[in-house]
Amino acid sequence: MPLAIETIELTKDYAVGFWRKRPRRALDHLSLQVETGEVFGFLGPNGAGKTTTLKLLMQLVFPTSGEARILGRPPGDLGAKRRLGYLPENPYFYDYLTAEELLAYFAGLLGLPPADRRRRVSALLDQVGLGNERKLQLRKFSKGMLQRVGIAQALLNEPDLVILDEPMSGLDPLGRRDVRKLILELRDRGCTVFFSSHVLSDAEALCSRVAILAKGRLVASGRLSDMLAFGVRGWELVVANMSDTLVAKYRPRLSRAEPLGGGRFSLELPIETPPEQLLTELTADGGQLVSLNPLRETLENFFVEHVGQRP
Amino acid sequence: MKTLGWIAINGFREAVRDKVMYSLVAFAVLLIVASYIVGELTAGQDVKITKDLGLSAIGIFGLFMAIFIGIGLVSKEVERRSIYSLLAKPIRRSDLVIGKYLGLVLTLVVNVAVMTAALYLVLAYLGTEESDLARQAREAPLLDPALLKAVGLMLVQLMVVTATALFFSTFSTPILSAVLTFLVYVAGFFSADLRNFDQVVDSRVVQALARGLYYMLPNLASFDVTAQVVHGLPITWRYMAVTTAYGLTYITILLVMSATIFSRRDFK
Repeated sequence: MPLAIETIELTKDYAVGFWRKRPRRALDHLSLQVETGEVFGFLGPNGAGKTTTLKLLMQLVFPTSGEARILGRPPGDLGAKRRLGYLPENPYFYDYLTAEELLAYFAGLLGLPPADRRRRVSALLDQVGLGNERKLQLRKFSKGMLQRVGIAQALLNEPDLVILDEPMSGLDPLGRRDVRKLILELRDRGCTVFFSSHVLSDAEALCSRVAILAKGRLVASGRLSDMLAFGVRGWELVVANMSDTLVAKYRPRLSRAEPLGGGRFSLELPIETPPEQLLTELTADGGQLVSLNPLRETLENFFVEHVGQRP
Repeated sequence: MKTLGWIAINGFREAVRDKVMYSLVAFAVLLIVASYIVGELTAGQDVKITKDLGLSAIGIFGLFMAIFIGIGLVSKEVERRSIYSLLAKPIRRSDLVIGKYLGLVLTLVVNVAVMTAALYLVLAYLGTEESDLARQAREAPLLDPALLKAVGLMLVQLMVVTATALFFSTFSTPILSAVLTFLVYVAGFFSADLRNFDQVVDSRVVQALARGLYYMLPNLASFDVTAQVVHGLPITWRYMAVTTAYGLTYITILLVMSATIFSRRDFK
């Protein structure tokens, strides 16, 4: 299977300081392979080097050393650009254009014939839920609406590869659901999706593989489920119709109990206590289950544990 | 070529939808109309004064547009980060620089045309009230087509200024670019003096420096034929062609340098 993205020892230093410039390493010898047709999550906390990597792939910045190949070609190659779509982080577009005009402009740059252009622009605006705002100037758009326009412009050329920088950023829950659905649709039609995120749940729901970056270095890569650090470490129950005395009865089995007000309590169970048994007893005592969630290692904890001690 | 066209048209659209530009053009047209009033105050010289003031107004407002839109052509794209999604499209960075430049040239052409039309209208109105004596005393026809020669060269001059502003903006901040462009503009009018520096200064270093600057800076005074046109002196087609070719060569060099610098820049 040919690779959609490959980076070999990719490194980027930025010069910082006003008078005496000194290099600050943003990306440190990153070697990564993304296969054609997969949904690949590029994870890491803020400032990890995710955006720098994506900019290197799009040749918005040039590497200090190492190399990258995108759809088998070097970054910046016009042939490769014709086959890919890119959503920058917090995208900004010309605010004097309407959504329709912006997409028509980009479609023109992509070389789409006029008839296809109109059809594609119209279909995409409907697809991202901006069909009614097509004649509205972008200066009147909210952050979430701009994000949707950004996604639409990345899909104009029916790309073989899409690179999305924080695609869920600025979106409400409905918007996030739409984007997730869109990414899965892209995958189903054979498109490779490479997206960055600092939200673990996005990656869990969508990715076949992930890479985790911290302080410019690759910390781990592979299937998220295979990464032991992300295993379940306990359970969180929210229970209603509880009293302090009832909570006190179960307290020895809980790792934490916190009142939420109105007779609701948040209870935490350690991993060795199965929640089924406790739930049966609680229900018999009159408690009502509101929610039950597995407690996982958060991405942030993962970074603290695995990369926090590094210089 | 299609790519350049798309970028240029979008640049033009940006300028056309900018309200600041409308106020600039409106103010320039107002000034041209006002030159009629100033002309009225001068005995028998009203046509000359109107032509002189009118052409100057076109030059000054064109200069404002060339500098202030020119410095923002590319730097605004970088500052507002619209360049990220634009450069992801199959275009070269040099396409962006040249396309944006052509967009502003188109904007200048349209605006200068509007201001020139206003000048001709004012002159035509002057003609309706002109006395026979004044008509006989005039050195040049009222609706002199030679005015178009002056406007044409002025346009080439504005194109040089725009290319200079664009060049500076590829590596410095907008404010510094505006200052540097303005300095080049002013110095460009005195470049003939730089050539003759060796007659007034003895220092060889200063002489060499002055000569270097003379060759480096654009000779903007050569594009200004307002005085000749106003006084009915001939401007040959040969002069027009040579000066235009000089301007276009200067512009080409600036655009190549701008595109080269821009092609190597990191957009953090």
